[in-house]
Amino acid sequence: MVVDIAARKWMYERMIESRYFDDAIFAAYFEGKTPVFNMAKGPVPGEMHQSFGQEPCAVGVLAHLGPDDVVGAAHRPHHVAIARGVNLDRMAAELFGKKTGLSGGRGGHMHLYDKSVNFFCSGIIAEGLGPAAGMAMARKVQNLPGIAVAYIGEAAANQGAFHEVLNMASLWKLPFICVIEDNKYGVSVPKRLSTAVERNPNRGAAYGCFGEYVEGNDPDKIYAAAATAVARARRGEGPTILELETERLHGHFIGDPAAYRSEAERGAQLDPIPVYRRRLLENGVFDEAALVAVEARVKERVAKSIKFARDSDYPEPAEALDKLYA
Amino acid sequence: MAAPPNASSAGQSDRILTMARAGREAVISEMRKDPKVFVIGEDVGKIGGIFGTAVGVQEEFGASRAIDTPISETGFIGIACGAAMAGMRPLVELAYVDFFGVCFNQIYNFAAKTHYMSGGQYTMPLTMMIGVGGGYNNAAQHSQTVYGTFAHMPGIKIVVPSNAYDAKGLMHSCIQDDNLTLWMVHKATCGLGWLGAPLKTAMAAVPETDYSIPFGEARVWREGTDVTLVGLGLTVHHCLQAADLLEASGISAEVIDLRSLVPLDRETIFASVSKTGRLVVVDEDYLSFGVTGEIIASISERDPRVWKAPPRRVAYPDVPVPFSRPLEDFCMPDAQKVVAAVKSIMAPQ
Repeated sequence: MVVDIAARKWMYERMIESRYFDDAIFAAYFEGKTPVFNMAKGPVPGEMHQSFGQEPCAVGVLAHLGPDDVVGAAHRPHHVAIARGVNLDRMAAELFGKKTGLSGGRGGHMHLYDKSVNFFCSGIIAEGLGPAAGMAMARKVQNLPGIAVAYIGEAAANQGAFHEVLNMASLWKLPFICVIEDNKYGVSVPKRLSTAVERNPNRGAAYGCFGEYVEGNDPDKIYAAAATAVARARRGEGPTILELETERLHGHFIGDPAAYRSEAERGAQLDPIPVYRRRLLENGVFDEAALVAVEARVKERVAKSIKFARDSDYPEPAEALDKLYA
Repeated sequence: MAAPPNASSAGQSDRILTMARAGREAVISEMRKDPKVFVIGEDVGKIGGIFGTAVGVQEEFGASRAIDTPISETGFIGIACGAAMAGMRPLVELAYVDFFGVCFNQIYNFAAKTHYMSGGQYTMPLTMMIGVGGGYNNAAQHSQTVYGTFAHMPGIKIVVPSNAYDAKGLMHSCIQDDNLTLWMVHKATCGLGWLGAPLKTAMAAVPETDYSIPFGEARVWREGTDVTLVGLGLTVHHCLQAADLLEASGISAEVIDLRSLVPLDRETIFASVSKTGRLVVVDEDYLSFGVTGEIIASISERDPRVWKAPPRRVAYPDVPVPFSRPLEDFCMPDAQKVVAAVKSIMAPQ
């Protein structure tokens, strides 16, 4: 499949937006956390699961989606949220716990919601699969357009929810795609020690649905595979399990040194962004000057979002008691 | 026995219905009014749910609005959550409350929290129909009455009707509400074909017209001056029976039916205890860390001077529900235990 130039430009721009955002959050995260690391301290507290290396998984799939579609992300959501077009200022503010955040500071980084772009998260492994399938069902039974895409990690495919939801989604031919980001580790446990099948799409046979594994952490290859899955969902032919080989370049969360991975293994990891940058130059999608201009523009947008977050007020403490019920 | 429920708020009716039938009327009426309402769960299609609240729904509305599911509670509750977030109004049949054990994450960590965690962006207009209760030798995994487990989690509204009139009105309120609501009914009050003759005092005159009963409004079934009896669901009937027995001993008992567990009508309970000075809370849920303790605490916190005697709890002892009849009967709350609890605090000073 030839990926059109506009899509490739869009994918690169969204990938670097996620990367610059994670860079900026990484720096902010350590403020107030030295010399003794304590994740409760500093302007960006709590666990922080960043997307370094996994950016292709978001852009390659979400490049195919439109406003009627819905996207559910998991506990590592930044790249997916950014590729979905979640409001970056309000997302940054949410990570800083500010009143102007997406949820007014009630959610935090594992619970990002932006209903204006049909985006939600869930912080518990595989928990978002059912809700995403339910949004697909709501579209199907009401004859409304749109599909649902749910992101999980490869270790989440061992949760009962995965089995239950894929069975029902296939039984009912829901317009649903389960994207599995295979970053090879569930926290510290490698896939080969947790999962009886080498590749999760093979489990599609158990549910009577399609499955495809995409090697290489390559936006163009992911884009091509996702095109098929999305078209299938839109045609009413049911769900796809789309597992994407990717790399988690950092630990599970900031503060996890990933000591359970060998130096050799870490050294062999490829960062997909410089790889893609080189290819876009070689293919003449961008020239160097154009790339530098895009990168400067995106950096500025990210910096503006961080500034917005820092400049925003904290919520009034008693706002903790609001929003329990509609 | 107390008079049948006062139907004055919704017109008189001569129709005496079971709770299952009354609840089902509300379901069907809401489905006729709003195409976004649908039923989903195990066995809802052909048999209308194990407790009969969806009988005839699939015949009238088709399989797309009375959706039989595989035995996958995590999956179908999750799917219902997503449908609710997309603007539909699912009615989920959980059947036996005991099954919460296989799907609690979806209820506790997702359905109850999404509105709050999203800062109010996503609503969760989802109602669960749940049967509770023992007393029929179905043992530890099909007889529990775990109200407190759900009431403990912020973000869930819970109603527990004791009779057919309330069953219908509260079902309307649940379906119309934009939050996660649980309609919890005790099996012994429903009027189920497989549990003998219906409990007469749970049947009631039910108007054919729609009516809703607000959340958080308890009902005083019977006024009294010496002691307040608080119950919910089946234990309301124990309280009413106990009040009759106590009257014969010259003790005047006031009986409060919570109807809505969350939000809880603390005001009505406090007003009653302020008058009587004595309280017995009757609950089929486990004794410790539950509804009974919460009610007593809320009185003491507000004004401990109201107590003329220590409050008492008649609840399920802290053991799993046993199978054998004498074992289970020993554990179940009943009117005699309520009478004994009252007499223990009515002793001459």
